[in-house]
Amino acid sequence: MTTLLDVMQPGYGAIGAGLAAIGAGIGIGQVGKGAVEGIARQPEASNDIRANMILAAALVEGVALLAAVAGLLVAVK
Amino acid sequence: MSQAQDTDKATGETGRKEATKLDPAKIILEHVGDGHEFHFFTFHQRPVSIPLPVILYSPAKGWSVFMSSRFEHGHQTYDGYRLLNEEYIGENNLDEKIFKPGRIWAVNEAGQPDPSIKLYDLSLTRNAVQMLISVLLLIWLMTGVAGKYEKGQGVTTAPSGFQNVIEPVVVFIRDEVGKANLGDRYEKYMPYLLTVFFFILINNLIGLVPGTANVTGNIAFTAMLGILAFIAIMFSTGKHYWLHIVNPPVPWGVKVIMWPVEVMGIFTKPFALIIRLFANMISGHIIILSFIILIFVFGAMNTALGWGTSPFFVLLSIFIYLIEILVAFIQAYIFANLTAVFIGQAFEGGHEEGHGGEHHQEAVVV
Repeated sequence: MTTLLDVMQPGYGAIGAGLAAIGAGIGIGQVGKGAVEGIARQPEASNDIRANMILAAALVEGVALLAAVAGLLVAVK
Repeated sequence: MSQAQDTDKATGETGRKEATKLDPAKIILEHVGDGHEFHFFTFHQRPVSIPLPVILYSPAKGWSVFMSSRFEHGHQTYDGYRLLNEEYIGENNLDEKIFKPGRIWAVNEAGQPDPSIKLYDLSLTRNAVQMLISVLLLIWLMTGVAGKYEKGQGVTTAPSGFQNVIEPVVVFIRDEVGKANLGDRYEKYMPYLLTVFFFILINNLIGLVPGTANVTGNIAFTAMLGILAFIAIMFSTGKHYWLHIVNPPVPWGVKVIMWPVEVMGIFTKPFALIIRLFANMISGHIIILSFIILIFVFGAMNTALGWGTSPFFVLLSIFIYLIEILVAFIQAYIFANLTAVFIGQAFEGGHEEGHGGEHHQEAVVV
């Protein structure tokens, strides 16, 4: 039982990285949804929308990868 | 062709693994990490690699410069120094926390690595050599294009050759990244933004070739880029910016909360830039390597299973490779764009919201 409570187990790192993937999926999915709906409403703005979508997706992914790196550090330590 | 080389690379590793168990984490970390040679594959227990110069400085012994081939992949002590690998650490029962594999240690008279002898390792490791190669490549390409423009090609006539590749990209960075975020003052920052974009891009792309080093997936490299971005942001700050951090126009209750958040925000923005680039590039490499190593994990269980799943994993790796090429471009663009955004936020008079980018021409119609 004490090994379960010891937070530096490699397994927890993998769980953390997996949760980060869920977060990234939900976040970037929302960005994509908003972008596609915007393009559907106004196809002429598709270039501007695409640029902003990529920017927002990269920001969300940056945070998610921060958590993934933390998980990786625990998993291979 | 690149996949065959990749599998050759992994085959070589498994060729050695007949005696020892397959350790995927170690292989992956070896490939995405730094080293004193360009290791391509191992052919019949014989490593095929390009050795690199080792430059060491010790206050006791002075400078030592020699090729890393003298270490013979960790089997030889040379000039009082030794490159540690796992076998040596295992044989001599060295403390694994102190003596990590891949590092060079000074040995004392007894032949044992001695942590008390101070040693500064300034070697040209594969990350450093590859970065220098990409710097030279970038300078050569860009000065070539600039020379063409100086002679009038592309100014009075239509652009030709490589100018056609560079011009839309430079115009895109100038309009979407420079003018949109920096307003009227974009011209001073264009050299920096363009350099950041193209340098990260070229290092990302070269790092995708099998056998090369993982430069942008190295935290030290991205940390330096982040520090330079931080310096650029700090140099653009005005009184208005600091006034807003110390005394924002909000009720005092909110102000108390804003102080630590804003001060932390000065540092978290470049830190996020660092981590974003580093994590994206290294995770891409790790994913590709994992898929290839999975073939061998399956092969260790059952040879037929290994052969059977290999086409599937190779195709999956090719698919991830294409995504990684896209990520290379996106991450370079994001780094440059966010740096421009943060510089724009640091300018005085943030309330004017200089939207210089609203009436620009569409540089690239996709």
